[in-house]
Amino acid sequence: MRRALALAGLLALAGCGDDATVSGGEQPRLVVSAASSLKEALTACAKDFPDATVRLQFAGSDELAAQIRQGVPVDVFAAANAKLPDELAAERKLEQPVTFASNQLVLAVPADGGKVDSLAALERSGVALAIGAEGVPVGDYTRAVLGRLGEERSEAVLANVRSNEPDVKGIVGKLTQGAVDAGFVYASDVEAAGGELRAIELPAELEPTATYGAGVVTAAEQPDAAEAFVDDLLAGGCHEALLAAGFGEP
Amino acid sequence: MSGWFGVLLAVALAAALTFLTLPIVAIFAQQPPGELVDALGEEGALDALWLSLRTTAAALALILMIGTPAAYLLATRRFRGRAGLITLIELPLVLPPAVAGIALLAAVGPSTLLGRAARDAGLQLTLATAGVVVALTFVAAPFYLRQAIAAFEAIDPTLLDASRTLGASPARTFWRVAIPTALPGLLAGTALALGRALGEFGATLMFAGSFQGVTQTVPLAIYDRFATDFTAALALSAVLVAVSAAILLSVKLVRGPDAIAR
Repeated sequence: MRRALALAGLLALAGCGDDATVSGGEQPRLVVSAASSLKEALTACAKDFPDATVRLQFAGSDELAAQIRQGVPVDVFAAANAKLPDELAAERKLEQPVTFASNQLVLAVPADGGKVDSLAALERSGVALAIGAEGVPVGDYTRAVLGRLGEERSEAVLANVRSNEPDVKGIVGKLTQGAVDAGFVYASDVEAAGGELRAIELPAELEPTATYGAGVVTAAEQPDAAEAFVDDLLAGGCHEALLAAGFGEP
Repeated sequence: MSGWFGVLLAVALAAALTFLTLPIVAIFAQQPPGELVDALGEEGALDALWLSLRTTAAALALILMIGTPAAYLLATRRFRGRAGLITLIELPLVLPPAVAGIALLAAVGPSTLLGRAARDAGLQLTLATAGVVVALTFVAAPFYLRQAIAAFEAIDPTLLDASRTLGASPARTFWRVAIPTALPGLLAGTALALGRALGEFGATLMFAGSFQGVTQTVPLAIYDRFATDFTAALALSAVLVAVSAAILLSVKLVRGPDAIAR
């Protein structure tokens, strides 16, 4: 009886680890933690990745890095900057990272007009703005841009911030719901919003380089497939998908 | 209860207890208590605690003022559709927080008729403190209503009849007889609603956003710090654990000393 119960318990545990959506065959399962801004591109290409069944999870890059530090079992980490992968590599949590894409930070506004038509308009009082929280790559890029505007202008813009969102999708959501008049997101996010948003490009001298870094997690359970996936990000189906989604070469 | 069955029960209890208490103990064990207290001194953490206190108090005031008479009506009158009405009221109880957030955006979001009317009337909801209160009220009210209905239903009807026969008006009966008699149940409901409101996360983030001092309540501040400052996240979590434990204990106290012994 006890043995039967113990067996049932083990089966229940095993059941938890099993993914019902995995299609038949003996494909290894690869867990990829990726920045929110990569969602559309990677969702499109992961299905065609030949070496493994890819399971994607998206969140703010800093949250994902914190998870890896806490030992959450992940095979690949793809971040919206090079800083977080470099930090993880220095802590020996990540194998040598590579940069695989770049993105453009833009000012996004509703496609059907609104209060904001330029960067300068953000300084007006009464304008509502959503940006990324500090520590989230999109939030850090945004603060870098604002910093280059000079203290006075930067403070005027920051005074209009109504929400510090934990990831870039939160900013897009606040924009498409009409909760804010403008937000700093990536060019690829405006692309992904399917016509609901319009991008106002930033002057070249303000533009930060948003470089995307990725690496194989040191504790990866599928190091070979993980390596292959990082290669695919660099030059493969996923790299093509990124370019199609509005990303640039690194 | 001897032999293998007794052992089985004991093992099950030990497993449940370990599973449920270990994560909570770990919050306090990861860092020395001094560091946790220091982390609370940070300005953002205090802002979050103060905001959570204010918004929860406002939500509870709304819930008590409107919920108490509403629950009284539902508990003391029998009419067609009453069971359906109670089910509707209880629905947010089992609703996932993300659904609550989407529902609020769809109902009173900035691009809706109601949301626009509220803004024109000078009441900003989304990305404002008032929006946090709306989110907390929406998710916490059913906890109070459920308990309050049960508490009013448990009053011996002859007691209310006697009050009326002795010449008290319905309003006076409600104030002087029904509320004092149902008080333990009402307080228990208040405590449950308080706990739910303090812990609200998803609906607040989606509907009200996250901004220090305006909409960033303690759970949002914990999420915000989780990646950048784990110690601060632990410290704020520890505060919520302590408050939750106090709420639970007070519910049991209100329900009588037996409830603790039990």
